[in-house]
Amino acid sequence: MIHDLQNIKEQAAEALSKAADSKTLEALRVKYLGKKGELTAILKQMGKLSAEERPKVGQLANEVRAGIEQMIEERSAAIKQAVLDARLQAERVDVTMPGKAAPIGKAHPLTKVLDEVKEIFLGMGFSISEGPEVETDYYNFEALNIPKNHPARDTQDTFYISDNVLLRTQTSPVQVRTMEKQKPPIRVISPGRVYRSDAVDATHSPLFHQIEGLVVDKGVTMADLKGTLELFVKRLYGDESVVRFRPHHFPFTEPSAELDVQCFACHGEGCRLCKGEGWIEVLGCGMVHPKVLSICGIDPEVYSGFAFGIGLERIVMRRYNIDDLRLFYENDLRFLDQF
Amino acid sequence: MNLSMKWLADYVDIGPVSPREFSEAMTMSGSKVEGYEQEGSEIKNVLVGRVEEIVRHPDSDHMFICQVNVGKPELIQIVTGAQNVHQGDYVPVAMDDSWLPGGKHIRCGKLRGEESNGMLCSLAELGLTAHDFPYAQEDGIFILQEPDMQLGEDIRTAIGLNDTCVEFEITSNRPDCLSVTGLAREAAATFDKPLNLPAPQVEHTVDDIRNHLSVEVQAPDLCLRYTARMVKNIKIAPSPRWMRERLRASGVRPINNIVDITNYVMLEYGQPMHAFDHKYVEGGKIVVRNAKAGETIVTLDGVERQLTPDMLVIADAVKPSAVAGVMGGEYSGIMDDTNMVIFESACFNGPSVRVTAKKLGMRTESSSRFEKQLDPAITIPAVERACQLVELLGAGEVVGGMIDVDNADHTPRRIPLEPDWINQFLGIQVPVEEMRRILTKLECKFDGDDVLPPSFRGDLEHKADIAEEIARFYGYNRIPSTAIRGVADGRYTPKQQFEQLANQVLLAQGLYEVATYSFISPKYYDKIRLPQGDWHRNCVTILNPLGEDTSVMRTTTVPSMLEVLSRNYNNRNKSAALYEIGCVYLPVEGQELPDERQKVTIGMYGEGYDFFSLKGIVETLLEQMRVEGVEYTAASDLPTYHPGRCARLTVGDTELGIIAEVHPAVCENYQIGTRAYVAYLDLPTLFAHVAPEKGYRPLPKFPPVSRDLALLCDEELPVAAMEKAIRNAVGGTLETLALFDVYRGAQVAQGKKSVAFSLTMRAADRTLTDEEADAAIQRALQALAALGAQLRS
Repeated sequence: MIHDLQNIKEQAAEALSKAADSKTLEALRVKYLGKKGELTAILKQMGKLSAEERPKVGQLANEVRAGIEQMIEERSAAIKQAVLDARLQAERVDVTMPGKAAPIGKAHPLTKVLDEVKEIFLGMGFSISEGPEVETDYYNFEALNIPKNHPARDTQDTFYISDNVLLRTQTSPVQVRTMEKQKPPIRVISPGRVYRSDAVDATHSPLFHQIEGLVVDKGVTMADLKGTLELFVKRLYGDESVVRFRPHHFPFTEPSAELDVQCFACHGEGCRLCKGEGWIEVLGCGMVHPKVLSICGIDPEVYSGFAFGIGLERIVMRRYNIDDLRLFYENDLRFLDQF
Repeated sequence: MNLSMKWLADYVDIGPVSPREFSEAMTMSGSKVEGYEQEGSEIKNVLVGRVEEIVRHPDSDHMFICQVNVGKPELIQIVTGAQNVHQGDYVPVAMDDSWLPGGKHIRCGKLRGEESNGMLCSLAELGLTAHDFPYAQEDGIFILQEPDMQLGEDIRTAIGLNDTCVEFEITSNRPDCLSVTGLAREAAATFDKPLNLPAPQVEHTVDDIRNHLSVEVQAPDLCLRYTARMVKNIKIAPSPRWMRERLRASGVRPINNIVDITNYVMLEYGQPMHAFDHKYVEGGKIVVRNAKAGETIVTLDGVERQLTPDMLVIADAVKPSAVAGVMGGEYSGIMDDTNMVIFESACFNGPSVRVTAKKLGMRTESSSRFEKQLDPAITIPAVERACQLVELLGAGEVVGGMIDVDNADHTPRRIPLEPDWINQFLGIQVPVEEMRRILTKLECKFDGDDVLPPSFRGDLEHKADIAEEIARFYGYNRIPSTAIRGVADGRYTPKQQFEQLANQVLLAQGLYEVATYSFISPKYYDKIRLPQGDWHRNCVTILNPLGEDTSVMRTTTVPSMLEVLSRNYNNRNKSAALYEIGCVYLPVEGQELPDERQKVTIGMYGEGYDFFSLKGIVETLLEQMRVEGVEYTAASDLPTYHPGRCARLTVGDTELGIIAEVHPAVCENYQIGTRAYVAYLDLPTLFAHVAPEKGYRPLPKFPPVSRDLALLCDEELPVAAMEKAIRNAVGGTLETLALFDVYRGAQVAQGKKSVAFSLTMRAADRTLTDEEADAAIQRALQALAALGAQLRS
């Protein structure tokens, strides 16, 4: 009987090692360990053994059972692993194939850069104020020290709605509206649409965007203006940007300046990008004219301030090397998708 | 303003400064240089030569072989086809390997077998015209008649083609800088050099102006000053070369000595001048007056102009002979037989000249200067300079005396010099002595602590103007850069945050943002099929639009969106899903300015998009923006949209917007060859209906009960009504209600539909029993039955 048991163990080991799938394995388990299996059959004959032999054989039988069980378990794990390996092997993909994109929209390039500009100024403690696009002559010109028939009106060809109402030619009227509503300290920017009667071409549009800025408080200086706008330019164009302030004239600021940034391509030598000048104009600015403060009910003997105006299209065009302003308003998806 | 550097040198010696350095320094002190051009810079290796011998070409009946002396030991042989060359003529010689304007390169070669070592040049080949050298023949070689020519001399030196021309952008507040003397002042101050500007004087005069002319100024408010001098025995001739050169460098065409003198003085002093032929001044009288109603004048350009009484004219005893400060009349010009000339040097009211020029549609060099309000003090130096030049050129005899009707106020302005205020304002520390030094070089005078600006600086009015002068010459770039003091709270307003959120939600749903014009064509209302009399057609109209397409401010954003869809469709973009947050401009009765309302506008076409995908985008937007209680009702009354696929959105009693498929006829109008969808929402209304932020709800502890309902009802019964009935009937335990099928067809009677909902119910505090759920469903079925919807058997 001992011999039989050992035989069973050997046969089982032999058969199990050949089992290639879980079905065969199950069949073998039934064959050797099942109720009608070979081991059970032998154990049924235990009654015929002597009392001496019985424990020995019983012990051996248990060992054989445990051995077979263990072998089945090991074999089962190996088969599982093999099956998994085979599946994973079969499931290989070409990882170089393109991905499946979930749809996502894109903001207009003007908005993208405007958002950046807003963030820069919010970080410097500016709020954002708004004003109407259809504006009165008073806010657009008169209150900004540009009386009727003043030659400065020539530089801003105006769309008129009536003698007294027009499409704002600049965001500067928001300065006046802000100062009328709010007492200093004032620190605001005001982005928005402005209109000038320029025929459409690659560099002109009857509608474009400006970002106005205004700071009014006690003791605001031209040095503050320089510090603020230099910081803005460095945030927008990088810390290595070189900036210069050049005297200019705006009726509503005194002193007035234009801010140029040194050409990124030629570093001031003069090239095609900067039209040989070495510098690229970025914005106009100046100290708020005391007359304008007075008109808005702010005492220029107590308060001072500075203001600036940035042309959005121009900085976006430079940012992405866009050479035709019309693209912004044509909204072809092949254009919008590039940003 | 184009400045000749040679001319500038008459008034200030800035030393050895390159054009680039000059431009840089002037720009930084406030006179912006746009660029500069060196005359003759395209000409290289062209010399003065003399034709020593000229013979016919043996092989050609129109060419000549010249032996030319260019100051070298050996003569050089040049073949020319020109017929006007003679022995002894001085000519411009383009040598072997020389360059001419337009990039023309000259090399030696052979012409019909004869060696030619260069080229004799014409005026045109040197980039010149007969205006520059009136004595020269235009169709032939330029036979030089210049004094003191050296053989072999660079042609540019010989004919004075070696000036540098600097182009300035002069701002409207500085009309004084539209002149050589004005820029000389700025240059002197910039380079800290003395300005040499002597007062012009006439040496010799004959006769007296009062024997020939009287001047009456009837409109002293419009004519601040009228100064006149006369010249007789005029000899009209070309001006000398130096004057022609300077005019040319300044971009003015030389005409004849008298006309050139008036232009020269205008460029030099910034004072526009007019020369009247005395013969045509009837009655020997000049009257400066307002035009009479109905009066007309034929101006120098031959056009008859209708004058109005607000316009100022220069008249004689009978008729207007010039529009003051704008343009002369047809008989006011200088003719070949002109014998006696009146030089007018006047100062007119700037705004009046501007209005007149604008009304007549003739903006001239003169009017663009006068409108900036010129200095009444320069009329005399200017007219004296003109007479001095007449004398210098021998163009006539200066008549003695001057008529000067002066109504101008010459009291100098007084501006307190407040050094502490200026230093504080600019953020600098400049000693008062330095401020005085800067102001002195700008020709300001002082009276105690008051600055008295010179008469030509009408722009200096306020202490801030003085601060700017200090800043300009101290140097803008020497002012330190500091941070604004004090803390400030920079943030978006709730409304701005709301708008940002709307953008984010729309972008996250795959829409592309667009930007469209705020103005449209009134015809676009026809294109979207709005009936005549529709309220949208009442819009803000631009009086002077660029064209009809941009002539009214839009009252709806739909045409703008349709246009973008159309452009994309016609550019063969397969599909598009776009949005814009932009304004409409609605006129308000009794209000000067329109109501500018922001609209969220969505537009799409292409595969995968239908009415419900658009509605889904809007629903998600509303959900994310926390706008609750929006109702959708079918709207078949809007001609822009598909009558069966258009929903009007309302919240409470307020109309919020539209979701619709675009009417096929509208698509056709926009050449969109597929179905297109449009929605718009009023942003202020959305913002007004934002629900408060909700707190957290605990996760459920008890299981839900689910039930499906399949209902049979009339085709016309809206799903929204059934949903509402179910919600009301089930009450608080209803957790979700989802439509999962709508069926029409064989299994259902004609005119009916089957609608299937899936419900989950849950109680927060206990496990809901089947009995409770069944009771709720029974209530729902009763409510549905009232609407005519029956459980489908």
